[in-house]
Amino acid sequence: MTPNVHRQSANLSTSGPRAGAVVGVAHDEKPQGGVRRRAKRPVSGALGVLIVGFWLLMALAGPWLAPHGANALVGFEVFGPISLEYPLGTDFLGRDILSRLLHGAPYTIGVALAATVLACLFGVVLGLVAAASGGWLDAVISRTQDALIAIPNKIFALIMVAAFGSSVPLLLVMAAFAYMPGSYRIARAVAVNVMTMDFVQVARARGEALPYIMFVEVLPNMLRPVLTDFGLRFVYVVLLLSAMSFLGLGVQPPEADWGSLVRENIQGLGDGAPAVLAPAIAIATLTVGVNLIIDSFGARAKREMES
Amino acid sequence: MNSTILRLIIGRLGIGVLTLLIVSLVVFVLTSLLPGDAAQEQLGQEATPEAVAALRAKLGLDLPVYLRYLSWLGGLVTGNPGVSLANGMPVDDLIASRLPNSLKLAAATALIAVPLALSLGILSAMYRGSIFDRYTNMLAVFLVSVPEFLIATIAVLIFAVKLGWLSALSRSVEVDSFLQLLSVYAMPVLTLCCVLVAQMARMTRAAVIDQLSSPYVEMAVLKGARPMRVVLRHALPNAIGPISNAVALSLSYLLGGVVIVETIFNYPGIATLMVNAVVTRDMPLVQACVMLFSLGFLVLVLVADIIAILSNPRLRT
Amino acid sequence: MNDIVKVAGLRVAARNDAGVDVPIVHGADFTLKKGEVLALIGESGSGKTTIALALMGYARAGCRIVGGSVRIGDVEVLEQSDASLAKLRGRTVAYIAQSAAAAFNPAKTIMEQVIESALIHGVMSRRAAQAKAVELFRALALPDPDNIGARYPHQVSGGQLQRLMAAMALITDPALVILDEPTTALDVTTQIEVLRAFKKVVRDLDTTAVYVSHDLAVVAQMADRIVVLRNGEIQENSRTEQILVEPEHPYTCSLLAAMKPTVSQGAPGRREDQAKEALLLDVRGLDICYGSKRVVQDIDLQVRRGATVGIIGESGSGKTTVARAIAGLVAPSAGQVLLDGQPLSGTLAGRTREQFRRVQYVFQNADTALNPQHTIEEILARPLRFYHGMRSAQRRRRVAELMELVQLPASLATRRPSELSGGQKQRINLARALAAEPDLILCDEVTSALDTVVGAAILELMAELRRELNVSYLFISHDIRTVRSICDEVVVMYAGAKVEQGNRSTFQAPPYHPYTHLLIDSVPEMHQGWLEETRAGRGTLPQIAAPSESMPLCPFLARCPVRIEGKCNKVAPPRVWLEKGSEILCHHTDSDLRHFDELVPAMVVSG
Repeated sequence: MTPNVHRQSANLSTSGPRAGAVVGVAHDEKPQGGVRRRAKRPVSGALGVLIVGFWLLMALAGPWLAPHGANALVGFEVFGPISLEYPLGTDFLGRDILSRLLHGAPYTIGVALAATVLACLFGVVLGLVAAASGGWLDAVISRTQDALIAIPNKIFALIMVAAFGSSVPLLLVMAAFAYMPGSYRIARAVAVNVMTMDFVQVARARGEALPYIMFVEVLPNMLRPVLTDFGLRFVYVVLLLSAMSFLGLGVQPPEADWGSLVRENIQGLGDGAPAVLAPAIAIATLTVGVNLIIDSFGARAKREMES
Repeated sequence: MNSTILRLIIGRLGIGVLTLLIVSLVVFVLTSLLPGDAAQEQLGQEATPEAVAALRAKLGLDLPVYLRYLSWLGGLVTGNPGVSLANGMPVDDLIASRLPNSLKLAAATALIAVPLALSLGILSAMYRGSIFDRYTNMLAVFLVSVPEFLIATIAVLIFAVKLGWLSALSRSVEVDSFLQLLSVYAMPVLTLCCVLVAQMARMTRAAVIDQLSSPYVEMAVLKGARPMRVVLRHALPNAIGPISNAVALSLSYLLGGVVIVETIFNYPGIATLMVNAVVTRDMPLVQACVMLFSLGFLVLVLVADIIAILSNPRLRT
Repeated sequence: MNDIVKVAGLRVAARNDAGVDVPIVHGADFTLKKGEVLALIGESGSGKTTIALALMGYARAGCRIVGGSVRIGDVEVLEQSDASLAKLRGRTVAYIAQSAAAAFNPAKTIMEQVIESALIHGVMSRRAAQAKAVELFRALALPDPDNIGARYPHQVSGGQLQRLMAAMALITDPALVILDEPTTALDVTTQIEVLRAFKKVVRDLDTTAVYVSHDLAVVAQMADRIVVLRNGEIQENSRTEQILVEPEHPYTCSLLAAMKPTVSQGAPGRREDQAKEALLLDVRGLDICYGSKRVVQDIDLQVRRGATVGIIGESGSGKTTVARAIAGLVAPSAGQVLLDGQPLSGTLAGRTREQFRRVQYVFQNADTALNPQHTIEEILARPLRFYHGMRSAQRRRRVAELMELVQLPASLATRRPSELSGGQKQRINLARALAAEPDLILCDEVTSALDTVVGAAILELMAELRRELNVSYLFISHDIRTVRSICDEVVVMYAGAKVEQGNRSTFQAPPYHPYTHLLIDSVPEMHQGWLEETRAGRGTLPQIAAPSESMPLCPFLARCPVRIEGKCNKVAPPRVWLEKGSEILCHHTDSDLRHFDELVPAMVVSG
């Protein structure tokens, strides 16, 4: 309501109200959602959608679009510069980086997306169940999730790899498990809030069964925070999987995701070779893109204030 | 301190211990589901069944699972977490030789990051919507989105390769002079700080802004309080709980962040020890390291909880 | 130049969802003389608070002052810089907010906050400010004025906080004080104490004030002049006595009319029929505990078919908890709820769908009782399908019928709740309960979140539905006027216990239970001078020895003006039948209570 009070006053001083100028600028946050908003998506949000859309497309079509095979030795020059033939240069063995990047996209994006979907799915369902049933079931689920959260994600990843060895299915399961507790926490907190609303009490007093209350009354009111959380979690998973590959504990050769590309070409760093910069930049654009979307999603009201 | 506060704190402590127990169970189950057999693996395929059996007995692998769990847990509690499979050295000695290095790194990072992040967060909340706020926010979004290995490699590229100011690898942690100190810690700390500061500043900003929208802040403005007073005297005292939580959660990022940073800079800390143990599948060492990291996390969260409880005026009498 | 405040052509706009500015105050003009109290009165959305805040050069988020002039003394408020506005606020103009509980900072002591504006503006030293605060606490009749400042806001009651906020505003001797609905959040019996305290200091200090309220009766006690607002426009600006006696504007007349609910009841002679009607709901010896705290004790309650029974009590009296127990949302720890003689299970799980259907619950706040993600059609269709198994075409027809029943256009069916007004939402809320075709509707404060006129229309609708459908209501309210006018039978609750029960006629004249007496006397009446005449909350309570702890005693003991030493603090009160047919929980006899006013110890006239 009031955080921008000083701004209002500031405007008051600079522009006389008699002139009909703006006295207080503020965002419109009516207590009740109001009529559906005419979405004024800011530029950064649109940019985010563009970037993420592009990479999602590449995750699907990348391997077909790639000019060369992932492991084809095409050039004789190692750490070749950007050229017409090799738009992103060549790697430490003389392979085409663009092709390796495109072949790596399904690993980096696909695995991360699948893991995030799993993590959020289980997290949200468990959160709903815990919030709706309460009592000992809530306590058991919450304690277990708390224990999982107490193992830092990268440490959890390390112990999983130590125990089961690294493989794509393991990485997927590992990332899903590592990020489920966070999703659970948020989903449960939101669900507990929604559960206290009168319309849930109305449904209970009507005699509705728990699944109806959970999925028809509560879930639709959780979508916004859950979607925001999904985006953030996707970023974390991408970063975690890339980090594991960077440590050599992620996707194993000959397969390569973007993290492995950075690792295997790290010697080229001293010369600023595109082979090491390109995959790193690819990761950064993906994660920054998702963050841009989240930011505009959650803070549109704030942006209106600033415009 | 009154009894309500004491009861709450003891309750939090109890939950922490319980959580640690569940963590130990999870860790033990994960590492015991191993398809292989540690004894077999250690001796190789050619070993005679008798030799394997003898080693199994020596390692206690022939005992029922729950007994193995209890003896392992007992060992952890009594400070005897077993022997490394890789080099036969006691796990606690290995950890003891590395832990101080990691703690130094973490402390140096926290000392720089926490004050910086808090002031950035509070300032951008105060001047919400200003150019300063927008650029800080943009930078923060960028920094949390970028993998820390990228930040680390860029740091190496600039400071070690191009400028030649610092050595890329921290070969020694013996520090004789300020310059040496800088050369050892500068890049690892810088890398860790980037992500840490960004996260913490964003969360702090959110916590303060949350308070700024409350009716008592409007009241303070209508009493004629200026923005500085509104934030420092009215909003901040109520934001201590959320902020300490934000600090704890962000610091807990350090627990994972050191894995990458120590590896890249070849820093002789606990995380490099663990990564090597993972590569060699040295399970007793991995288990002990995981428990140590989880303990660190739980301590952070516990401290934040206690601060939040102590700062709640409703619990004061 | 006698005018201390001069407002001319003040215009304020709010930005709507599409980002377009919509005017919400269209050119307000009024003046205020020194020592005068001016009331801004209107319903929600009338712009009264917006205008009051504009007097401090302040606009809430989403709003901005577009034009006009506000002069306070020689200062043009709307032309001030940031810094000089801060110098004005809290010094020249002070503000008392509606909810003191929210407007006090929970992390700081009361004294620190009360004297803060004096220190910010450098009016006096800390020591002098503290001394003055204690003086103000005493003038505002606060308990323990010397030490109350050391407490934190959560340690004092709502009524006390509201008075403390007055001290906070008055500490700098401002030229103008703005009181923004300062008693709206309080119970009537607390409101009267706060009003008295306010009136005394305003009179003693010759304060110039703007009093914002929706309640004409409250304003009649405080204001010299009244400005009637509607949709951001001034309808009428006259002296208080004129507004009350001969209002000029038709809108003022309608406001006055809505304040006196005259809901037409069932057909004449109906009451005799009702006695013969079957007993629908029978609550026996209901006890409810939250943990070790007994929040409802020993409630007996009957509702006959087609009857309306009211439960009245202040916040925390347990009235809503009783309704929730009847609906099965709270499990009783003792006692029984019978529907048509059949016991209802204490928990939701033990009830049949048919039992659910027969008892419907209508929540106070339609904003939160309707799922914002569902359309009106979905909301109304669900019980049709759930209870009656209707198919889709049938459901659609029935939804249209229900909308007609609650007098809403069928075109609203595709909307979502956020696109409806407060009154429309409450109608949908009611229609959803009717969709079940229930025998009993539990109405929990269904009109208290609505404007008087809108609320009166809802009550009218409910009475009509009752005639048409022969449905019974259990009507829960804090407003004795509403309950008295629409209920056949009334139950008065205090601190979880039933202190009085009788039919409507027994609530027209004494004898009453002492709490009922206080409650009825505390409701502001629409004439000037009522505040000085009413005896409610006056005088000192009789001295009694510390009550014995082991015994369950009268719940009203701590506040009762006619408590008896050696009886009320020693023995639990009996249930007594009064001659006129009502039942009370009290040690006093019928004849005692007929002379209630003589029982009350000598008044200490405050001020």
